[in-house]
Amino acid sequence: MSKIHVTTKVNGDDVEFLADPRESLLDCLRDKLDLTGAKEGCGTGDCGACSVSLDGTLVCSCLVLGVEAQGKTIETVEGMAQDGDLHPLQRKFIEHAALQCGFCTPGILVAAKNLLERNPDPTETEIRYWLAGNLCRCTGYDKIVRAVQDAAAEMRGAA
Amino acid sequence: MPKDELKTSFKWIGTRPDRPDGLDKVTGRARYGADFSLPNMLHAAVVRSPHAHARIKKIDASKALALDGVKAVVTRADLPTGLSGEDLNLQDNTLAGDVALYDGHAVAAVAATSALLAKDAAKLIEVEYEVLPHVIDVDDAFRADAPVIRPGLADHSVPKGAPGNVTRYIEFGHGDVAAGFAEADLVREETYKTEATHQGYIEPHACVGQMGADGKGEMWVCTQGQWYVRRMCAAVLGTEASQLRVTPSEIGGGFGGKTTIFMEPLALALSRKAGGRPVKLVMSRSEVLRATGPTASASMDVKIGMKKDGRITAGTVSFRMQGGAFPGMSPIGEALPCAFACYDMPNVHHEAYEVLANRPKAAAYRAPGSPMAAFAVESLVDEMSRELGLDPIDVRLTNGAKEGTKSSYGPKFNQIGLVETLEAAKAHPNYAAPLGPNQGRGVASGFWFNHGGETSVSVAIGEDGTVQVSVGTPDIGGSRASIALMTAETFGIDYDDVRVNVVETGALGVNEPTHGSRATHSNGKAMYEAAGQAIRELCKRAAADWGIDAEAVEWADGAAQPAGPNAGKFPPMSLREIAGKMGSTGGPISGHHEITMGGVGASFGTHVVDVEVDPETGRTTILRYLVVQDAGRAIHPAYVEGQYQGGAAQGIGWALNESYIYGKDGRLQNTVFLDYRIPVASDLPMIDTVIVEVPNPGHPYGVRGVGETGITPPLPAIASAVAAATGVRLRELPMSPPKVLAAIKARG
Ligand code: FES
Ligand code: FES
Repeated sequence: MSKIHVTTKVNGDDVEFLADPRESLLDCLRDKLDLTGAKEGCGTGDCGACSVSLDGTLVCSCLVLGVEAQGKTIETVEGMAQDGDLHPLQRKFIEHAALQCGFCTPGILVAAKNLLERNPDPTETEIRYWLAGNLCRCTGYDKIVRAVQDAAAEMRGAA
Repeated sequence: MPKDELKTSFKWIGTRPDRPDGLDKVTGRARYGADFSLPNMLHAAVVRSPHAHARIKKIDASKALALDGVKAVVTRADLPTGLSGEDLNLQDNTLAGDVALYDGHAVAAVAATSALLAKDAAKLIEVEYEVLPHVIDVDDAFRADAPVIRPGLADHSVPKGAPGNVTRYIEFGHGDVAAGFAEADLVREETYKTEATHQGYIEPHACVGQMGADGKGEMWVCTQGQWYVRRMCAAVLGTEASQLRVTPSEIGGGFGGKTTIFMEPLALALSRKAGGRPVKLVMSRSEVLRATGPTASASMDVKIGMKKDGRITAGTVSFRMQGGAFPGMSPIGEALPCAFACYDMPNVHHEAYEVLANRPKAAAYRAPGSPMAAFAVESLVDEMSRELGLDPIDVRLTNGAKEGTKSSYGPKFNQIGLVETLEAAKAHPNYAAPLGPNQGRGVASGFWFNHGGETSVSVAIGEDGTVQVSVGTPDIGGSRASIALMTAETFGIDYDDVRVNVVETGALGVNEPTHGSRATHSNGKAMYEAAGQAIRELCKRAAADWGIDAEAVEWADGAAQPAGPNAGKFPPMSLREIAGKMGSTGGPISGHHEITMGGVGASFGTHVVDVEVDPETGRTTILRYLVVQDAGRAIHPAYVEGQYQGGAAQGIGWALNESYIYGKDGRLQNTVFLDYRIPVASDLPMIDTVIVEVPNPGHPYGVRGVGETGITPPLPAIASAVAAATGVRLRELPMSPPKVLAAIKARG
């Protein structure tokens, strides 16, 4: 099958790749751009480990075709730290022990960042429902929710 | 170590520093199984049986091999013959022989230049099947008229006349159960049933394997145990273990499911056939659910006799468990001793049958066997406590096992913390929180043995005075942090001056996997001994420098010090100082220790849960959840709490939602996370934890291990809470909304 040339912007960098029309954006990020931060936990849109932001919208990159990224702006976990400084969510996840195996962490960080951009002061329930599409099998979510709450508080304080 | 020799005040142990791998894991840099790639690498796909039980009449790969870019196909004919025991099980599971034994059983594998091409090629491999009768349910498999799926596999333990799918039988006990029941004021007997669940780690199995015609190979793989992968792959392929070098990746969860192999030998076999090109093999989620893990399903009879005051006079259990189509895989040997472990049982009898069914080869899942056994026994204890009008914690305190109790499975317990967990649960505000309509509270305790096992650890002093520790146990939930804390404590140096590495099979002697809650426990002990060896050498170097006897030097506060006034007056010589000149004072300084770790400290916990059941829909909401568990010593309390919370969440999923659902055709119907629904963030409340510390006398820092017990109490605790909320007792898991609703309706 012939491949399609795609140009897109990932974490601020212009990139291009050749995609088979059947390949997901997740496959293209991981296999063609070597951005292995986003993970495949299911490939069916159920686990959120592949979460990225596509033109500001939170998506499961396993449900987006690579060719759909043409001309779009993508942000992944690799782009969260700015100039060597961790995003407050990243710091708070470490501080609160909000990860055990860490496999869900990239997706949850991207999803939580997207939440805080819309709602800087979410309630516990709002956090839980926003993250309901991000499965974590290790933590029971308690420390994840606390880390998001704490990061949100810090970011509000800094604003 | 006697109790009074255990240290109780620490500089590092019990603190909560950042984990050493935290930065890699929040930035996406940490490399998991599927994140590895090699130059010139091929990609593989697996052909799997669509039938629960079928004879394989023919495999024709010619169309696949005719595709450009397809480099190799392997079938069972490519594997050696003559294996036996568990090696044969592993080989039979890697690739079906004459018969496919479950839906999803691997039949062939193909390697090609891209993942898409490999998938296309797999579809072109034609397999001709003759469908055979199958059996799925554990009780169906136990029937005398069930199709016998693998005749001739029963071992010597199986009593004559047992049904044809029975492969193993265990029986033990003590006391006189008949006399015990005769003494009781209340005797109850019930049957409980649990369905299989999957470990549900979010990272699917993934590996890159490379092997040449000479049988030398390498593998990068997500696993709980690289030496197990090495030994098992070598056995399945008929190669030598030491010729295979296995490097573990970061691991995205395991919970026991990654202590064995499933598809790893296929990558190596394909590589060997494709001229030694590396082959990457990554499972899809549905492959994970269909063909790896899961845990056993169980059908369990329990009988208990109780006095009016709650004292248990006798108990018996008779379990039937299936662990798939492979003998030896059901956890009957663990479930039975766990069943009554929380109780001082004067009279007790256990028996269990393992039966085969057309399901995937079961793997360990967090305290294997214990959650099912607890569901049965703890549920009945609760039913009887209620019937007698007794507080469920008081009944457990009346009968609770403590130091000196002869355990239900024989040996005497040394210091254990069950009673302490019960007392802490009773005193916790959750236990007194008011309940509204349709709400109920449940309590249950749980047990796991914990495990030590084969352990090999090295410590090496760096020229700058930092310390590197090499361990063989993949870090699933923060074990590098806990080992670094114990190392800092032992040497008297800063936590940040320690680096703990999980190393490949070429770097240490054999290590068992991260299983049995052993990583912090066993590595802590081996590190302690290895550090002691290094410290003796450090003292020797200082002594030589000072011109005094090595025995006149002791190690304190991270430095060599003259031991007492007779040793002479010298300022302390720090680790950094000695390390800086070690090249000219005798060479590198390191320590090493190998042990088959004993000193295991049993683990007990008690959970309290409040639920609300919607009478319209049967949906159960967890309102409050409390985990109290004895850690022995919590090295890094945040990760101890994490184990408690994670175990509870898995138990909640098992109790309420998760189960393997099969069609009449014997095919698994819920093969994606949408249908195999594990708890999501909005399903759960915060999970409260209390860490009890009754130090384990068998460990230098009192560690017991904390990984497993937490999944055990949720099953019965939630069943009891649902019973309290609704007045109906569910004796079969999961307590899904339709089942609860039907039970409520039947109650009227
Ligand atoms: S991998 Fe995309 S949602 Fe699971
Ligand atoms: S930390 Fe392991 S899945 Fe979330």
